[in-house]
Amino acid sequence: MNGRRAAAPPWFLIGPGVIAVAFLVVPLIALLLQAPWESFASIISTPSAMDALRLSLVTSLIATAIAAVIGIPLAWLLAREILPGTRLIRALVIVPLLLPPVVSGVALLAAFGRRGSVGGFLFDTFGIQLPFTTTGVILAETFVAMPFLIITLEGAFRSFDRRFEDAAVTLGASPWTVFRRITIPLVGPSIIAGAALCWARALGEFGATITFAGNFPGVTQTMPLAVYTALESDRDIAIALSILLLAVSVAVLVALRGNYMRGAARS
Amino acid sequence: MSLYLDCTVTRGDFTLSIAALIEPGTVVAILGPNGAGKSTLVRAIAGLHPIDAGSISINGRVVDDGGATLASAQRRSVGVVFQDYALFPHLSVLDNVAFGPRARGAGRSASSAKALETLRLLGVADLASRKPGEISGGQAQRVALARALATSPDVLLLDEPLAALDVETKEIVRAELQTQLESFAGCVVLITHDPLDALLLADRVIVLENGIVSQDGTPAELSQRPLTDYVATLMGVTLLRGEAAGGTLTLAAGGVLNIVDHDLAGPALAVVRPESVTLHLTRPEGSARNVWQGNVISLQPSHDRIRVLVDGEPSVVAAITPEAAADMRLARGTGVWLSLKSLDLQTFPAGGAGHVGIGARGVRG
Repeated sequence: MNGRRAAAPPWFLIGPGVIAVAFLVVPLIALLLQAPWESFASIISTPSAMDALRLSLVTSLIATAIAAVIGIPLAWLLAREILPGTRLIRALVIVPLLLPPVVSGVALLAAFGRRGSVGGFLFDTFGIQLPFTTTGVILAETFVAMPFLIITLEGAFRSFDRRFEDAAVTLGASPWTVFRRITIPLVGPSIIAGAALCWARALGEFGATITFAGNFPGVTQTMPLAVYTALESDRDIAIALSILLLAVSVAVLVALRGNYMRGAARS
Repeated sequence: MSLYLDCTVTRGDFTLSIAALIEPGTVVAILGPNGAGKSTLVRAIAGLHPIDAGSISINGRVVDDGGATLASAQRRSVGVVFQDYALFPHLSVLDNVAFGPRARGAGRSASSAKALETLRLLGVADLASRKPGEISGGQAQRVALARALATSPDVLLLDEPLAALDVETKEIVRAELQTQLESFAGCVVLITHDPLDALLLADRVIVLENGIVSQDGTPAELSQRPLTDYVATLMGVTLLRGEAAGGTLTLAAGGVLNIVDHDLAGPALAVVRPESVTLHLTRPEGSARNVWQGNVISLQPSHDRIRVLVDGEPSVVAAITPEAAADMRLARGTGVWLSLKSLDLQTFPAGGAGHVGIGARGVRG
């Protein structure tokens, strides 16, 4: 009851906090403990595992690039509240975050499937088919992951000191020059943070991908799908692939950590 | 290279109205308290905020007429030194200054050369490779000025250029700015809330209060004939309003003063300098023709003297030495006699009804 005791962290925060950490860390440790380390190298170097990894990296990076090219401008427009119905658009943008990924996949089928609203037209007119293709994987990943980039960047644009833009305009810069030479470099850390979150989400995408693009090795079978498929036949392979996926994401996030932390703190 | 303003700008429920013709080679200070509309004016002249009515012309070319004609900030020849400078934190000092020439179409090397030349003129060429975060406030002010000047603007707009500096740096930079502004051929508009900036740097001072021009004149006119309480307070004098007739001034707030000017009639203003008011503990018998009673409200040390605010008819500020204050044992509530020679009382007619804003030159509407 005295002042010194009151300074100690309260038990009702420490207890749950420790449980939370344990809950998050124990499965990862278990994964490492149960890994088939003797055969690890041979499992992950099989052609099918390499195919899945390559496909995962290529599709998630392309999805992140697409999200950046169309998501950053949208984030800017939302932050400046230029579009009519900004609040509604913001809510709609966040929907994919809350939607179960399987539902996202079904929604994508409804839109871009061969009998879908847009997909039917694309197929009948141009013969373009999106579902069950590698392009479909990219589409699914972009749909699910882009909101992470948008909400991170919107926060950054919102807290951006607009006097820098004002200064650039009075010096004679066009809107494009201002955006390219002032705005983008100054929100750079947040772009990296948002892109990292977006990429991590795209890399781990499962539900929308398997629903919209299927599970064809070499074409649409990304790492998470390969892990799921392996789990049905060989648990060791599933664990080894999981560890590989874990290692790749951790490596990239650690490499970006400096920027990530700064960007996250700013937004 | 003139700047002509005659415009109304609305921002939310605030309205700014100002009319002024600013000749090339002159420095005009816009002096006003917070919320007077100074930053709105900066944005209007720079082209960052459209005006609602009237017009703004630079060099005889209309850049904004409140309607169809609106030259964006990008297309105006206005160099702005922003409050806190707004130097681009990710670019070196050289690239900050080269930004303007480059944005206006000069090549990379030509822009850098122009930037370096401008930095050299302002004596900060040695900072070229530094980032804004690595230079001092005074240096940042010079770099910001260099950045604004590198585009050779017709109008130079300085928004509180010294407000970000500490007291000592401020005096040094103000002296430098004085010479730098003298060598600039275009119009200079200096926005400030600090009367010292206005009096020392400007050829002409436009006082802005609550969105309207309350006084427009030379620094000397401002200190000799303040038209509003705000200006009078800045100049450290007391401003009294009243009705003059036959050598007396009947004050609106109560009290009658004898004045020298027997021809002055109608609404008039009188300026009382604190040094010309004498305080006494008993009724003085002397030559001073104005003698009245009052109570001390406050005592405020100011440099080598004490400013004593006395409530009476009229209420004025008197400046006395600390020794005098101690001898008289002055304190809040002390009853005193005040005396003031008519010769020390400066009077002039208050144009029109003698209210704020009247008597200012060039105001329309």
